Amino acid sequence: MADTLVSSQISELIAAGKPMLEFDNVSIGFEGNQVLVGVTFSVAHGETRILLGPAGGGKSVLMKLANGLIEPDTGEIRVFGRSLKEMTQRELFEMRAHIGMVFQESALFDSLNVEDNVAYRLHEEHVDPVEVHERVVEVLQFVELEKAIDKFPAELSGGMRRRVSIARAIISRPDLILYDSPMGGLDPITSNTIIELVVKQRDVSHTTCLLITHRLQDAFTLATHRYNLQKLCMESIPDGGIATETRFLVLNEGKVVFDGTTLELTHTEDPWLRRYIE
Amino acid sequence: MRFISPEAYAKTLVAVVQDYSLLCGRAVANIFSHPRYIADTFTQMDSIGVGSLPIVVLTGFFTGCVLALQAAVSLKTFGAVNMTGELVTLSMVKELGPVLTGLMVSGRNASGMASELGSMKVTEQIDAMRALGTDPIRKLVTPRLVATVFMLFFLTIISDACGIAGGAFVSVTMLKLNGGNFFHTGYLSLVHGDIVEGLVKPLFSGFIIATIGCYYGLKTTGGTRGVGRSTTQAVVASSVLIILVDFLVTQLMIGIFGR
Repeated sequence: MADTLVSSQISELIAAGKPMLEFDNVSIGFEGNQVLVGVTFSVAHGETRILLGPAGGGKSVLMKLANGLIEPDTGEIRVFGRSLKEMTQRELFEMRAHIGMVFQESALFDSLNVEDNVAYRLHEEHVDPVEVHERVVEVLQFVELEKAIDKFPAELSGGMRRRVSIARAIISRPDLILYDSPMGGLDPITSNTIIELVVKQRDVSHTTCLLITHRLQDAFTLATHRYNLQKLCMESIPDGGIATETRFLVLNEGKVVFDGTTLELTHTEDPWLRRYIE
Repeated sequence: MRFISPEAYAKTLVAVVQDYSLLCGRAVANIFSHPRYIADTFTQMDSIGVGSLPIVVLTGFFTGCVLALQAAVSLKTFGAVNMTGELVTLSMVKELGPVLTGLMVSGRNASGMASELGSMKVTEQIDAMRALGTDPIRKLVTPRLVATVFMLFFLTIISDACGIAGGAFVSVTMLKLNGGNFFHTGYLSLVHGDIVEGLVKPLFSGFIIATIGCYYGLKTTGGTRGVGRSTTQAVVASSVLIILVDFLVTQLMIGIFGR
C-alpha cells in the first residue's frame, strides 16, 4: 500500500495503544425506524471483534458506518484515531484504501474477471502490472482459488465469490478488515473454508477485523481455533484454549447488549443472551 | 394509490434538485483534479459515440428526406420549390440535427447509463467501489460526462451532414431539382450565428444525457424493478430537458445573433 498520511496516523495509533475503530454513542434511523441506538464500543489493534445478533438488528448498517459509507444521525465514529465527521470526501477515500471490506453478497464487479476484481485496488494505485499479477496470484493462492483467475463472477459459485471478495479485501494488506456475514448462506463445508481463511488472516497477518456472523457455531470456531503454520491448516487451540484477541459484540434491536470476551459471553447471566447462545 | 402532501412533494423535489446539482458540480469539478480516468473516458467515447453512429446517421438522413418532401409541397404553392435546399439546411443545422441527435442519443445512452449504474447500485458494486477507496462519481460519472459532451458535438455534425444529404437525395431523385442548386442555396442561407447555435445545443444536450442518466442510476433502489424504473425516468427526464433547454438556447441565440 502506498505510504500516505493515514499510514503514519496508524503507526502512531498502534504505538500509543489506542483503538483502531471507535463508536461513541452512535445512532441512526431510516424513515422513522431507529436501526442503531447509542452504540458504543471500540476495537483494539490486532483484535478480531465478532458481531452477533438476530437478523435485522443493524449489524450491516454498523459495518457501513464503520467504513464511512453512510453517516450516523448522532454520535461519533473514529477510524484510525480520526473522526469521520471531520474528514473531507477525499480523506474518506484515502482512509478506505486502508480498510478491506467483504460484502454480504460479495459485490464483485461483474464486468471484470477474477484477476481484475482482486487487483482493482492495485490498479487504482498504479502498481506495476508485473507486481500486480504476482500479488494477485499470491492472494488467490491464499484463498485457494488460483485456478479461477480468468473466470468472471457469473461463472463462480457463492463460496468462490466470497473467497474472491476476501482476496480483493486483503490484497492491499489493509489495517482493518470488515467482514459482513462472509459465511452467510453457505453450506457448512464452504463456510468452514471461509472461517479458516479468516483465522489464517488473523493469525498470519494479525490484521484488526470486525466480523458479522449469524451462526454462533462459526463464531465459537473462530474463538477456539488457530492457524497452524507448520501443518498449513486450522486446528483447535490445545487444552480448551481461547484466542485472546477475539472478542464479541452482541446487538439486539439496535442496542449493544454484550461487549466482552468469549468466556464472559459463555458465562453470561443475562436471560436474553443465555437464550440466544443456547 | 397513496397520496402525499404538497409540502412533502415540494421537499422531495427540492432534495432531488439539490442532489442533482451536487452530482453535476462534483462531476465537473473532477475534470480539473487528479486522478483522471482517461481510459474509461475513451471506452465511453467508443460506446456512446461510435455506438450511436448508426442511429444518428439513419435518423439524420431520413429526417432530411422527409423535410425535403414536406418543404417541397409547401414551397410549390409559392413557386419557391428551388428554396428547398435552404429550408432543409437551415432546419437541420439550427434545430433538427441537434435536437433529434440529442433525443436519439438520450434514448440509447441515458437509459444505458441508468441501467448499468442502477444494476451496480442494487448489487452493492457502487458501495464496493467506495469501500475500495474509489470515488464512483470520478470513476463512473465524469468519464461519461466528458465522453457524451465531446461525442454528441461530432455526432450532431454528422447528423446535420446526413440530413442535408438526405434532403439532396430526395430533391434530386424525386423532386427532380438541381443538386448543385440545392447545396448552393443551402450554403448561402447559413450564417455564422446558425452554425454556432447548432453546435452549442449538443453541448447542453450531452451534459443533460450524461448527468441525468448517471443521477437516476446512482439513485436506484428496489432491486431489478427499481433499475427498470430508473431507466424509464432517465429517458423521460433527459428527453424533456433536452427540448426545454433547446427552447432556452434558441431564445438566447436569437437574442445574441438576431435570428
